[in-house]
Amino acid sequence: MSSPVVKEMTFREVIAEAMSEEMRKDPSIYLMGEEVAEYNGAYKASKGMLAEFGDKRVIDTPISELGFSGIGVGSAMNGCRPIIEYMTFNFSLVCIDQIINNAAKMRQMSGGQWNIPIVFRGPTGSAGQLGATHSQAFENWYANCPGLKVVIPSNPYDAKGLLKSAIRDEDPVIFMESEQMYGDKMMIPQEEYTLPIGRADIKKKGKDLTLVSFGKIMKVAMDAAENLSKEGIEIEVIDLKTLRPLDYDTIIDSVKKNNHMVILEEAWPFASIASEISHVVQQRAFDYLDAPIRKINLPDVPAPYAPNLIEAWYPNVKQVINTIKKTLDIIK
Amino acid sequence: MKKITKDTYVQWFTDMSFWRRFEDKCRSLYLKQKIRGFLHLYNGEEAIPAGLTHAMDMSKDRIITAYRCHILSMAMGVDPKKIMAELFGKVTGTSHGMGGSMHIFSKEHRFYGGHGIVGGQIPLGAGVAFADNYFNRGAVTLTLMGDGAVRQGSLHETFNLAMTWKLPVVFICENNQYAMGTSVERTTNLQDIYKIGLSYDMPSAPVDGMDPVKVAEASYEAIDRARSSKGPTFLEIKTYRYRGHSMSDAEPYRNKDEIEQYKKQDPILKTRDLLLKNQWADESQLSIIEEQAKERVEECVRFAEDSDFPPLEQMYDLVYEQKNYPFWGRI
Repeated sequence: MSSPVVKEMTFREVIAEAMSEEMRKDPSIYLMGEEVAEYNGAYKASKGMLAEFGDKRVIDTPISELGFSGIGVGSAMNGCRPIIEYMTFNFSLVCIDQIINNAAKMRQMSGGQWNIPIVFRGPTGSAGQLGATHSQAFENWYANCPGLKVVIPSNPYDAKGLLKSAIRDEDPVIFMESEQMYGDKMMIPQEEYTLPIGRADIKKKGKDLTLVSFGKIMKVAMDAAENLSKEGIEIEVIDLKTLRPLDYDTIIDSVKKNNHMVILEEAWPFASIASEISHVVQQRAFDYLDAPIRKINLPDVPAPYAPNLIEAWYPNVKQVINTIKKTLDIIK
Repeated sequence: MKKITKDTYVQWFTDMSFWRRFEDKCRSLYLKQKIRGFLHLYNGEEAIPAGLTHAMDMSKDRIITAYRCHILSMAMGVDPKKIMAELFGKVTGTSHGMGGSMHIFSKEHRFYGGHGIVGGQIPLGAGVAFADNYFNRGAVTLTLMGDGAVRQGSLHETFNLAMTWKLPVVFICENNQYAMGTSVERTTNLQDIYKIGLSYDMPSAPVDGMDPVKVAEASYEAIDRARSSKGPTFLEIKTYRYRGHSMSDAEPYRNKDEIEQYKKQDPILKTRDLLLKNQWADESQLSIIEEQAKERVEECVRFAEDSDFPPLEQMYDLVYEQKNYPFWGRI
């Protein structure tokens, strides 16, 4: 009997598998972060890696994001290819200096002498009732900064292929996951594959409206599209997958065909990725738009704790459906 | 450590005279607006690179520092012509005109910058050392910072990590006593900066930074410790800058007497006196060295003047290793 070509795997398993496959091939890659080794990862996304690679390459740190991020960047100036894990990107604010001022600037300021092949990865955004400081999405902050690449998959298949590309990339990559995706399952090819950074995906084809989203809230986007499909409304759902560089062409092509667009994003509304896309679409496809672009972001407030408030705070399927129907002039 | 001989002193005198001259020239070029941006001069601190490079293994050891970086990079072997060109913003500069005074880099000479964010280079230095440890290269990284940087959290996280992992790094505080215009005594309860290292059980000591011999001896011991896998050392090198923090500094925070007191201990003057006293050189020989320094500096200026500014497309070409990166609305 031949071995299976696909295997059901969770998001956390493919993260560990992508890192492990790359580490087997390239001894300069190491994984560093809080609880990545003996604990097997705060979310078990590095399970088994200490046992396979040893403590020289799977490295537990004290709670010192600033220190170990800078050590990661410095080691990348001297032959290493580090993977730096944050327990969540909410904690990356204490080391953002090292990401923005050192990782993203080194190549340019050194006149091209040093590129920084490093991956900063971990979960982003909210994950239930965690309070305001543990529920933030900084994708647009990082994507604003030249010198970085920002990748944010929405399912295990994409996560594996994109993480392998991020590790092989010669530039610094911010790779964002979600606590609420780690348990997601999918059939994963057992043969090695990678997916290109900088390319969006059409996750569902449709002719009536283009819905653009990324990351874990893609689930809400897909649910809304499936529901509308039952009503005979065919939504084209685009999963951006990479935010920097952003694949504008896939969006523009879709909008030119569908003439209506809604953007769904788990982030505050001001100067968000949705704002950026709206600008480019009105510039490049103004004459193709039959209605104003609508964007669905988080309310312009920090995440609340109370269960009823956090439920109202996070965009839901009903809200997306209503926004789409308004854009299509089905409801007022 | 290599023996300190007559030749060492002659070399130190030659180097330090050139370095002083170079910085003085930068000052006048700044006033003529040939050099722009922020300019931080090294006058008074020359004994430090003289001593450090005597103690280092110049075939493999490395240096990283903050923004007062022209002379340290030169001491590592970086061509001063290219440094001057960088200050002018010319394409022939060390970073092709992308960095300026605060951001001198040379991979070839193992000079890791040139960093403008106070304290931001401290974990980088430990990271460079981390890689040498990872690949068992036996090299040591000297990580320099000013007395202002030691109050940054980055120092404390890095000290803890470097001690935990016994990284081959030597941390060096160039204590010139003023963080821009704020004196050490105004910013801390712990004025002996070297004692910060003691709270991490890191071997730590103060060093007379006006004497290259003292700098060489202390740093050699620290480098040797790092190279033999015994981990980091913290040296507080006490020095003094004769010029302001940067060119825009009117120096309301200190008086002229203080500067004059330090100038009496000037490392170049002291080296000069010692060469004469030991009859290792006479006045005319030293004058020739000084004249040659002046001429070499003029050569640097000519090189910078004659070089071109970078082409417009260079703005995009150096950001990513990836070719054809799709920049937003590229000009």
